[in-house]
Amino acid sequence: MTDTELRVSKIEDGTVIDHIAGGQALNVLAILGIDGGSGEEVSVGMNVPSDRLGRKDIVKVEGRELSQNEVDVLSLIAPAATINIVRGFDVVEKHRVTRPQTVGGVLSCPNANCISTGDEPIESRFDVLEEGVRCTYCGTIIRDSIAAHISVE
Amino acid sequence: MRHDHLISAKQLSRGDIDAVLDRAAEIAADPGAVTGAHADTLLGLLFFEPSTRTKMSFDAAMKRLGGDTVDMGSVDSSSVKKGESLADTVRVIEGYADALVLRHPSEGSAKLASEFVDIPVVNAGDGAGQHPSQTLLDMYTIRENAGLDDLTIGIMGDLKYGRTVHSLAHALTNFDVSQHFISPESLRLPRGVRYDLHEAGAQVREHTGIEDVIETLDVLYVTRIQRERFPDENEYRQVAGEYRIDAGLLEAANDELTVMHPLPRVDEIAPGVDETRYATYFEQAHNGIPVRMALLDEML
Ligand SMILES: [Zn+2]
Repeated sequence: MTDTELRVSKIEDGTVIDHIAGGQALNVLAILGIDGGSGEEVSVGMNVPSDRLGRKDIVKVEGRELSQNEVDVLSLIAPAATINIVRGFDVVEKHRVTRPQTVGGVLSCPNANCISTGDEPIESRFDVLEEGVRCTYCGTIIRDSIAAHISVE
Repeated sequence: MRHDHLISAKQLSRGDIDAVLDRAAEIAADPGAVTGAHADTLLGLLFFEPSTRTKMSFDAAMKRLGGDTVDMGSVDSSSVKKGESLADTVRVIEGYADALVLRHPSEGSAKLASEFVDIPVVNAGDGAGQHPSQTLLDMYTIRENAGLDDLTIGIMGDLKYGRTVHSLAHALTNFDVSQHFISPESLRLPRGVRYDLHEAGAQVREHTGIEDVIETLDVLYVTRIQRERFPDENEYRQVAGEYRIDAGLLEAANDELTVMHPLPRVDEIAPGVDETRYATYFEQAHNGIPVRMALLDEML
């Protein structure tokens, strides 16, 4: 076990998201829809020294695995992140996030006149551009601060 | 045309555009040749925003092809008023018609509709998004009057919310066209459209005044600046006055200039221009019939 892992408590079953760019941990929690109100046991390490990133954030969530939609949006905000699935205190899967071609759900279109923000039986969908993402429905481009468009359910 | 739906001008290749315009020219030359060509076809007209021209034009085009139309009527009298989703509405109407023409105030509405039905959907205007059938008739008018290659066009007015502008600009990237966009700063092309034009390698320049470019233009495409885009009446009047075309301004123009407008106009083109050789907007409106006949004929 390395020093940095000791800084936040070990979890029994759940997910460890490591190598998040320093300062992005709260945005990662927002992607997961975690605000502390639903009772998950969450540990957050912020600005932990890292060989790869200089400073990094770590999020550990007990009893929760990530959906593909969540991993997709995570990859936009934390492109260097690694996801460790923990069962019985052991890391049973470890993978890097990859940049998807589209992301569904999680983000909401900033264009209030977009059909995807109305009361329709669809989830939002964005094409991933070299820089930023673009609403598949109305074409609006989000280039900066993608985290600001995470939909709050 | 290979497409099941016509949602955006972005999906149109040069080949697609040429095919529709060529077919439209054949139909214009000999309307009798296609009478009855689609005798069993029923076209659904779903207009969630008031429209007279576009709806009548699709209605007339379908009937001239021998088919018929069913019309949802006004939003006030439909179940939409009761809060039904667009996805539900189009799935119901799908059972009544062989294709749908949709106008809706939200951007992306036609795209959504196309995901819920198996019959062709034609976008007849989705909010400030796209209006590709208008673009085909605009392209037809440009081709007839000025040709589509080695062309310099000025597109003026409300470029931010103008869906006819967004569609036309995309379609023109298939041809050798230099595009000048003339608008107040607050109504310039949206970032998404500028991004697409850049990706398509289009030659694009933006201006705030028409005087800079009027003499270089082969085509001037004028659109309406709407009062509701401005916080107050004075600001609107001032801006609208600066983006108005009259006979005096056109003295600086090339003799062959073609002046177009998707109509209806309010006062952005002075009535005096109607009598000049530049005025092409009524011809443009009439081209809606052969072009929409050609489009329906290609799609159905
Ligand atoms: Zn959108």
